[in-house]
Amino acid sequence: MDILAMGGYGYYIWSSFGLGLAVLVITVVQARRHHDAVYREIEQRLKAMEEVK
Amino acid sequence: MWKFFHKLASPPHFYDLANKIIPWFIVPAILLITYGTIAGLFFAPMDYQQKDAFRIIYIHVPAAYISMMAYMTMAISAGIGLIWRMKLAHAVAAACAPIGAWFTFLALITGSIWGRPMWGTWWEWGDPRLTSELILLFLYFGYLALRAAIDDTSKADRSSAVLALVGAINIPIIHFSVEWWSSLHQGPTIVREGGPAMPMEMLLPLLAMILGFTFFFGAVLLRRLRTEVLYRERRTGWVKRMIQPAGGEA
Repeated sequence: MDILAMGGYGYYIWSSFGLGLAVLVITVVQARRHHDAVYREIEQRLKAMEEVK
Repeated sequence: MWKFFHKLASPPHFYDLANKIIPWFIVPAILLITYGTIAGLFFAPMDYQQKDAFRIIYIHVPAAYISMMAYMTMAISAGIGLIWRMKLAHAVAAACAPIGAWFTFLALITGSIWGRPMWGTWWEWGDPRLTSELILLFLYFGYLALRAAIDDTSKADRSSAVLALVGAINIPIIHFSVEWWSSLHQGPTIVREGGPAMPMEMLLPLLAMILGFTFFFGAVLLRRLRTEVLYRERRTGWVKRMIQPAGGEA
């Protein structure tokens, strides 16, 4: 429990490290989603062009 | 050697190569951040003034470092793109912005969390270090908004490059703010006259976190760069063949 309390600063320290982890995860997820969205958009456009033909 | 550079610059090759290089960034990033977190939280000695609260440094300083390093990478790439009309350089600049914005947000919010127990306030309006870092966040937002507002990619590249370059003046201001003006913010800890102001057990985890965050930034940058290349090349043959292998030539 001492470890979690961090001499009374636990709330500040754990929230900082939690936010750090959150930002690492968000940047990766966002980069992946952006790629998939661009990929799908191109796929849709190619499909639409096929149908016109 | 020239053949290597030529291949590197070819978009389809880059698109594949980036995917193969990413693990070389992400693996050291995970190792360094894991070590830095455990050593920083549990093994580094307590600061004699700030007690355990100083441990926020292991997130705050690496985040602040990336926020500025990403901006410099963005501004230099944008400059190279403007001068030599290199599309890949513009793509690098565009890929830096969202990552840089997130790390700026992290630096600001962990700084605020640190300020509460140490300074007795979450935020101090008019403090030079805090204000210039907040301006950095707005510069990223402005850059992203400007790009989003212009449909034509090469026009967006040029306009946003000018913004990135003008905004670069803010980086030395952030860096020297604690020396030029009086600030609540403490002075430099690692790079200062007389060497780092911490013992090794405190310093090593911090350096590991900074290096780990840098590798992490590299990995996400490569990922975003692939997307930029894919989008910019969307009308070319290799993208069509890759995405719709059967349909292409009908």
